[in-house]
Amino acid sequence: MPEDHEPEYGFPARLWRALARHRPGGPFSARAWRSPLRGPWLTSVFGSVLLVGLPVVIITGLLSYAAYSPQFGQAFPADVGWLRLPLFSWPAGPSWLYRLTQGLHVGLGLVLIPVVLAKLWSVVPKLFTWPPARSAAQALERLSLLLLVGGILFEIATGVLNIQYDYLFGFSFYTAHYYGAWVFTGAFAVHVALKLPRMVHALRSRSLRAELRTRRADTTPEPSEPDGLAPSAPTAPTVSRRGALALVGGGSALVFVLTAGQTIGGVARETALLVPRGREPGEGPNGFQINRTARAAAITPTATGSGWALRLTGGDRPRSFDRPALAALPQHTAELPIACVEGWSTTQTWTGVRLLDLARLAGVPEPGSAHVTSLERAGAFAQAFLQDNQIRHPDALLALRVNGADLSLDHGYPARVIVPALPGVHNTKWVAAIDFRAAR
Amino acid sequence: MNRLLAPVRRLYGAHPLHLLILLGCFFLAGYAAINLSADAQWPYIALWFAGAVIAHDFVLFPLYALADRLITGRRRPEPKPGPRRIAVVNHVRIPLLASGLLLLLFFPGIIAQGSDTFTAATGQTQEPFLARWLVLSAGFFALSAVLYLVRTRRARERPKRGGRRRVSGARR
Repeated sequence: MPEDHEPEYGFPARLWRALARHRPGGPFSARAWRSPLRGPWLTSVFGSVLLVGLPVVIITGLLSYAAYSPQFGQAFPADVGWLRLPLFSWPAGPSWLYRLTQGLHVGLGLVLIPVVLAKLWSVVPKLFTWPPARSAAQALERLSLLLLVGGILFEIATGVLNIQYDYLFGFSFYTAHYYGAWVFTGAFAVHVALKLPRMVHALRSRSLRAELRTRRADTTPEPSEPDGLAPSAPTAPTVSRRGALALVGGGSALVFVLTAGQTIGGVARETALLVPRGREPGEGPNGFQINRTARAAAITPTATGSGWALRLTGGDRPRSFDRPALAALPQHTAELPIACVEGWSTTQTWTGVRLLDLARLAGVPEPGSAHVTSLERAGAFAQAFLQDNQIRHPDALLALRVNGADLSLDHGYPARVIVPALPGVHNTKWVAAIDFRAAR
Repeated sequence: MNRLLAPVRRLYGAHPLHLLILLGCFFLAGYAAINLSADAQWPYIALWFAGAVIAHDFVLFPLYALADRLITGRRRPEPKPGPRRIAVVNHVRIPLLASGLLLLLFFPGIIAQGSDTFTAATGQTQEPFLARWLVLSAGFFALSAVLYLVRTRRARERPKRGGRRRVSGARR
């Protein structure tokens, strides 16, 4: 890389040199940055953690898009051109698949936030480097860093707000978070390609083991280089390098303890103190977490009362089943999680009629897809398409009961869909009709 | 080959591959932006993207850097905190950082922002979060204070520990 050498100016050199001569003061002064801990080694330690962690967050995010079955046009945003994984049918098993991938996406994303902040702290003098560039190459690279830093901060901001149901931003979370991720991913790949050799070199410059044994009093700054990360006039350290690493690691551990419970569930849920899904909303068989209340969906007791009947279409003629008729059909029980895009999940024991049995009753013994509609009128998830493997899975149910009791209104009474490994919102509640389509 | 590359390097300032890689990144970002422009809200999304950088680099960073300067005090040459003295700096800095991190991540619940959508989604309120954050923060500071007292007492009880190992700064 050219920056490794003594200052070298690209075309037009006269312009870059003139710029270099007019260094403003303040943060642009080399002596403004004094932390004795900043340096390529420390930055590279944070960088290597992100190099391992962020690809997992990126891939699980793309998998979440695939899990929404984009082939039906029901993933958001619907039309993304080439910006998606190759189309494939999201598997209907193991049942914890989406719980795992989305739990990782949100959980690891949150845990990495302290590392991202530390990494940005460690390189912040670079923002005020002077001259801002010495060549077109440097100017372009800095522009890509704007996409990198803007990308990660944008993804963090929208993600963190979304999992707390705070739609401060006003635009579609899915659209923004999805395209923002692509902008970030491109810039991240470029950053890795350009900086990996330097990162490896910097990591070799000091021994991690020795650093972990070095106390504050014995902490020495990394050697300073012009335009480098290490300061030219460092102050005395107030914390050792191992202390700084422990601080960042401790921040990540704190975030883990306070959030992982909403995915892991059980006793761990009680430690998820500051996130929405750390509490059991009620007692009894229906006392687990609700996603969208009946009130918010404008579901009335009249619509779900004795007049309710499930309409099955797709065969020669439509058929209708009221709730006693559904309860009289063969019932199947399965333990399945509801796992949401916000990363939380809860596993319950559901009882109901197999979707495949309903397809046969509808007159479609070989279903290729199903369109489920809810009593809900508005709402982005008042309907959903299911893939053939999601209908045919033996644990894919139209549930009438949960944990041995009738579903509560908030959990989808009179009947709801529950399918293994399906994103939570596609497990349609208050089902009004299912339209089965034959496999071609 | 080198003779061909040299003028490019001089003009551009780096190997042509550098340019190629960067163009790939800009192409991808441009393609994402074109796709995004199908959404009527795209100007707000772009604004938030830029706003995220400004908020971090020119608000959050200066704020916490300033707070840290206040905690560490002026750069007077401190009497080296020898075995008898334990520096108080990190016992303030660390609980403050922990509390600040939680506020930064979970402020919507703590200040009850977006309460309508929260209740519509969960059937619950954000009522407990402020108190929980305060209790957690108080816990961090209390724990830190206790550790400070323990460390100070220990340092006093063992004033001379056979001379601290002195590692020279020559390790480079």
